[in-house]
Amino acid sequence: MDAESLLLSLELASGSGQGLSPDRRASLLTSLMLVKRDYRYDRVLFWGRILGLVADYYIAQGLSEDQLAPRKTLYSLNCMEWSLLPPATDEMMVQTSVVKGRFTGDPSHEYEHTELQKVNDGEKVFEEEVVVQIKEETRLVSIIDQIDKAVSVIPRGALFKTPFGPVHVNRTFEGLSLSQAKKLSSYFHFREPVELKNKTLLEKADLDPSLDFLDSLEHDIPKGCGWTALLGADF
Amino acid sequence: MEDLTSLKQEDNQEPEEAEQPWEEITAASSQDPVPGLPEPLESEQGPETGLQPGSSPPQSSQSRTSTPLNDLTGLGASSPPSFPQEPTSTPSTLALARQDLWSPWKSDKTTSVIPEARTAHSNHLEQSSDKGESAPHQKCQSEGNTFQQSQQTKHHLHEPKDASHNNSKLKELRLDIFQEEDSNSNYDLDHPEPGTSEVTPNMLEIAIQNAKAYLLKTSSKSGLNLYDHLSNMLTKILDERPENAVDIIENISQDVKMAHFSKKLDTLQNEYEMLPIYETAEKQKALFLQGNLEGADQELEDEILTDAHPIQRCRFWGKILGLEMNYIVAEVEFREGEDEEEMEEEDVTEERDNGDSEADEDDEDELPKSLYKAPQAIPKEESRTGANKYVYFVCNEPGGPWVKLPSVTPAQIVIARKIKKFFTGRLDTPIISYPPFPGNESNYLRAQIARISAGTHVSPLGFYQFGEEEGEEEEEVEGGRESFEENPDFEGIQVTDLVESLSNWVHHVQHILPQGRCNWFNPVQKNEEEEEEEDEEKEEEEKGEEPDYIGQEVGPPLLTPISEDLEIQNIPPWTTRLSSNLIPQYAIAVLRSNLWPGAYAFSNGKKFENFYIGWGHKYSPDSYTPPVPPPVYQEYPSGPEITEMDDPSVEEEQAFRAAQAAAELAAEENEETEEDEDEEDEYD
Repeated sequence: MDAESLLLSLELASGSGQGLSPDRRASLLTSLMLVKRDYRYDRVLFWGRILGLVADYYIAQGLSEDQLAPRKTLYSLNCMEWSLLPPATDEMMVQTSVVKGRFTGDPSHEYEHTELQKVNDGEKVFEEEVVVQIKEETRLVSIIDQIDKAVSVIPRGALFKTPFGPVHVNRTFEGLSLSQAKKLSSYFHFREPVELKNKTLLEKADLDPSLDFLDSLEHDIPKGCGWTALLGADF
Repeated sequence: MEDLTSLKQEDNQEPEEAEQPWEEITAASSQDPVPGLPEPLESEQGPETGLQPGSSPPQSSQSRTSTPLNDLTGLGASSPPSFPQEPTSTPSTLALARQDLWSPWKSDKTTSVIPEARTAHSNHLEQSSDKGESAPHQKCQSEGNTFQQSQQTKHHLHEPKDASHNNSKLKELRLDIFQEEDSNSNYDLDHPEPGTSEVTPNMLEIAIQNAKAYLLKTSSKSGLNLYDHLSNMLTKILDERPENAVDIIENISQDVKMAHFSKKLDTLQNEYEMLPIYETAEKQKALFLQGNLEGADQELEDEILTDAHPIQRCRFWGKILGLEMNYIVAEVEFREGEDEEEMEEEDVTEERDNGDSEADEDDEDELPKSLYKAPQAIPKEESRTGANKYVYFVCNEPGGPWVKLPSVTPAQIVIARKIKKFFTGRLDTPIISYPPFPGNESNYLRAQIARISAGTHVSPLGFYQFGEEEGEEEEEVEGGRESFEENPDFEGIQVTDLVESLSNWVHHVQHILPQGRCNWFNPVQKNEEEEEEEDEEKEEEEKGEEPDYIGQEVGPPLLTPISEDLEIQNIPPWTTRLSSNLIPQYAIAVLRSNLWPGAYAFSNGKKFENFYIGWGHKYSPDSYTPPVPPPVYQEYPSGPEITEMDDPSVEEEQAFRAAQAAAELAAEENEETEEDEDEEDEYD
């Protein structure tokens, strides 16, 4: 949620049961403003909260002018002091995929994972049990990245692509109409497109290159339970 | 036709984003003095009467010196193939539209039209970047290309969009444009000498004007003119992009004509969508207004839960999220004596089973009796006790009608533990799963609510206490105390204490045993009763299959502190928090369940509350795997009757018969000898 429209967005998202208490909201508002100024981001988004056993992580992301550029992720434990997280790499993903269970809430906590590794000692090859230490920060980074890649969604028309490459916020976007909002095809993944090249030429012909430059939600697997569009005042 | 091919190549090279430039022309783009003429340039192409495919976007120039391009009309005017440039300052632009579509364009768009004077050229548009001003549009991919070509290269013209047409698509039109401009210094001067062409452009111009004038001629009957009609039609087609437009073009034409007449009724078409939100909002408004009135409408009664049913206590239990709709759940306790009807399904099924078994006995050839005895259905608990202590009502939206959920049976709970399904939001959805769930979504919902309540409803220590009953000792065997009541002397616990230690909280809902009930039910006892009722035959068989002694299942007794809850993989089952770190004196203690994500309990020391908002599933660190089906059951005991044996082969049969015959002979001989002996004896 954009730092500027934070309160409104929090209200809208409260239907699923997650909310923030008033003091947290207040502290978020002020601290996100400061983050924006200090790091000189174009937009600061409150990404969300990851629950831990002892404490919760509050995550924010900063975007530069180009909306599709890799974002900087920050975390905080008290909504006041933010620390930058390292960008995610594939190595991290592989490493942290073995860790299961909840976050502890302590960023310096290390998970221990015993692995069987083949160690080449001269000519012999024998397996050793190696205890791999995985830091919780690393796990945090990779989890955030995975979540972003999977579920970060943007409506069609909110961003547009200039011919020079960068992607900008569309100031003339007024929102989707009711019929459009129900269709999954009017939402896109907010990440580097993966499937665009796989489309047939016919499909490509229908696309509007300045608006349709991202993956649509329509073809996500599994169908039917991947995404549902809910409308109404209830949630 | 090399030009064509090269043109096509260029087409393909164009990035996709530049594919469809398209603009709208307003009929009032009166800046176009000269109508475009479609013209086949090549001599081989005959005069084309209509618009041809491959239209190119005309563009209007922003500079004052160049004349804006004009709209393209499809006319079958034949014209000489090549046109040299004219040194006049009034350019006459000729556009050849190759496509049926021709798009008008705004005059404020930049044009780049390069005169092309070669017969060899097929339709392209060539742009002249003479103006040097590319359109300040966001979509000016076209501008970047094809400029500054001094030769008659073929380029595409891409229509830059007007700023106000962000969402319109541009169609690529190919034109042959002949334009002479003094400022266009980019074209090649290899074109045919101007000498001969001085006369022909004029004629061409006149021809074009005539053609356009003809098109603009107003019909006496309807007041329309063909020019406008065609432009409207093509606009509509490009907007809507129907499939197989060429097949339905006549219908489209008719529709456009009809629309012209019904213009005044436009307001009807702007009917606001009846959003379903509006309907519910209206209903809710009625509820709000009607609050204190006594004469409630019949319809609205459903929505006011407390009025419709005789309820003693009603509590907001929580919200369960679903795929299509959500459920809002209310926990209700009925007044004494107002029990709802009980289901009588169980008795019916038992009777049916008995009937089947009797039918089997009547068969002459008795089929081997199946020794499979279905696990006996465990009867559900009585209302108001155990898992069915409360009755739950659900509704989909606030203001919607409340629906009562049926009581839960132990079988449902047992199977609900093994499956994991999302709720859709409609109560009658069937649950298709393995093991098969007995019931539809309302039963599954009720089972999950029961499990969540049993697992996560906690209260501060001391809030409830056991009531003093006389017959306590006798009932202890049955599974512990069942009832509790509020402790009037409860003084409250410090919030910090509540947060620090989990032993300050206790469960106040009975734990559900693996059997599915709260109170242990011994199925062995019932077996003995059933045996007496049935026939002896069956009795014998059943005795052979008597189940092993089932140990009594015991769960933690009521009011146990939650510090005794089991952990999952080293994760404590509950997490405590203070609601606010900044103002600890006003903070409340919040308890979050790690076992059922979404279950919360909070207390400010004296008062407490539990509720749940979530999907209705238990937490498991691993993904859900459905249970495997049980091994195939050995239904019948193997014995000579049903064991399969190979049919004897011919040799074996013959050998058998021979042996039999031999045996008979032997027997006869024996008899004869015996008879002989007897006779002999008799003779003696």
